[in-house]
Amino acid sequence: MSRSYKILLGLGALGIALIIWRFFAGLGASTALSDGYPLGLWIALDVVTGTALACGGYAVALLVYIFNRGKYHPLVRPAILTSALGYTMAGLSVAIDLGRPWNMWKIPLFIGDWNLNSALLEVALFIMAYVVVLWIELTPALLPPSRLTRILDRALIWIIALGMLLPTMHQSSLGSLMLLAGPKLHPLWNTPLLPLLFLITCLAMGYAMVVFESFFSGRPLSPMLANLQKIAIGIGIAFVALRVADLAWRGHLGLAMQLDLYGIVFWIETLLWLAPVLLLSRSLFLAAMCIALAGALYRFDTYLVGFQPGPGWHYFPSVSEMFISIGLIAIEIAAYIALIKRFPILAGSRSHT
Amino acid sequence: MSSTRRDLFKGLAAAATISILPTAAEARERKSAPSDAVGLLYDTTLCVGCKACVVACKEANGMAPDVDGYGGGLYDAPEGLNEYTRNVIQLYRDDEETSFVKKQCMHCVDPACVGACMLGAMHKGAFGVVSYDASKCVGCRYCETVCPFNVPKFEWAKKAPKIVKCELCRDRLAEGKQPACTEVCPRGAVIYGKYTDLLAEAHHRLEAAPNKYVPKVYGERELGGTQVLYLSHVPFESLGFRFSDEQAVPHVQQTVQHGVYQGFAAPVALYALLGAVMFRNRGRDES
Repeated sequence: MSRSYKILLGLGALGIALIIWRFFAGLGASTALSDGYPLGLWIALDVVTGTALACGGYAVALLVYIFNRGKYHPLVRPAILTSALGYTMAGLSVAIDLGRPWNMWKIPLFIGDWNLNSALLEVALFIMAYVVVLWIELTPALLPPSRLTRILDRALIWIIALGMLLPTMHQSSLGSLMLLAGPKLHPLWNTPLLPLLFLITCLAMGYAMVVFESFFSGRPLSPMLANLQKIAIGIGIAFVALRVADLAWRGHLGLAMQLDLYGIVFWIETLLWLAPVLLLSRSLFLAAMCIALAGALYRFDTYLVGFQPGPGWHYFPSVSEMFISIGLIAIEIAAYIALIKRFPILAGSRSHT
Repeated sequence: MSSTRRDLFKGLAAAATISILPTAAEARERKSAPSDAVGLLYDTTLCVGCKACVVACKEANGMAPDVDGYGGGLYDAPEGLNEYTRNVIQLYRDDEETSFVKKQCMHCVDPACVGACMLGAMHKGAFGVVSYDASKCVGCRYCETVCPFNVPKFEWAKKAPKIVKCELCRDRLAEGKQPACTEVCPRGAVIYGKYTDLLAEAHHRLEAAPNKYVPKVYGERELGGTQVLYLSHVPFESLGFRFSDEQAVPHVQQTVQHGVYQGFAAPVALYALLGAVMFRNRGRDES
């Protein structure tokens, strides 16, 4: 075991210890959350940002199966594995964040009580479903051939289609969620286009993360990755254009020009989206990192920085909140490394198309 | 390959069209209060800040004292709504004016919290009271996030926390009694009644003494309307009412969401489209 792997496991163990403590101490003692900022780091980072960074599986699947670019097929499995781990960790974060997690099972089962107006219900149901779909998509890599895998193989086309439908829905609904904050959300982020903007960002972030990860998994850099990065940059430019046009249309472009906190973070987001245009020829790695950060920051800002609960409320995550998030990310990375060593993930796979 | 992509773009264009057009066409209708709606009318010119309503509310709802406020732990003196306090009297004061203000749930006609809640733990119950059912609550706190009045509070200190908010003493209402706060108010500063009667009474007071009040019944139109109405002699912003838009908070979100989903027809169509394109791509590869 390498030293860096031991550090990952150590951080993971610390995270788990803190999670256990959180359930004994309660949310008030273990977090900096308040009635003004009832959603914090775990939701904004682990769920809203984390699932978008885990959209590599979705983004690459679209490219391979819908745009029929079979040459990208070797990227599918590692991307799906990242997605499966990312979404599983997001689900775990939600369970830690919920005040009454013992009622969670009622969400998928109490069909008669479903509030069909609730974007959160949709997000919850379809993220749960997507976690299942992702692990099913991985079964050909994880399980030896058997009757079960043969049945799954035959249904795989519809499972993969579901694996593209579900993120389209819940990633856009993660944007709709904050639309309901209405007047409490700063106009630089509050727009009826939020669902579309969230969908666009998760695609750009998905492609960028596939590129970013390839630097760590030791795969040889190929022109394929440069192409993915170009797609991510293109999506980023489209995002900025759409966002600026929307701000102009709603007459809020002036807010972006103000040198307050909101104007400044808006420009940091925008520059991070556009910087990769200049960086692409120099460093693929930096370009990918910029896109991932740009999307992450946009989503984080929509949930926390742009959220204005009123005078007197402040939020900065507590140490245990931070180390639980760090611990979960460490476990995710450690699990990824362990799984790609044991199973045929990076080696590519039989073509299903 | 190019024709497949053309198909996809056509499909996407169709999806985009069905998602945007009805958004404009079927703008969600403004809701009106239910026919049995009841509510409160609070009048700043009558309130003397005695806080009898705060004490009565705590008693009626069996709330623990909040000793974190004034008085160094000696008094139950909440500074605002919190996990121990469903109703509170606050003081507004600047150089020229002073006013008390009573804060509790506004019982919105079209509440954001109800639109947010996954299983209807937060719902419009009898008499239009925004009611809470802990058995369906997962403690996600999304209701708190979206409430424009910051009313729902969470029991942060407890291991089995619930959401705490004014439910207009709905158990007392069911027994034919009035809420505890209005029952004890010695000045009639807060009164209970049928929503339509309260609205008429508010306008009556405005007409009878136009110089006494800011010329507005807060809650009649604001944020889609609220079943708790306010009359004030100081600007409502001073009392902490940050928003005066007339549109209900859920309006935009539900218009967009319903426009995109088309009663779930759009996702089904998209699923069929994705499957069909994949099927076709596979055929192409094999041939």
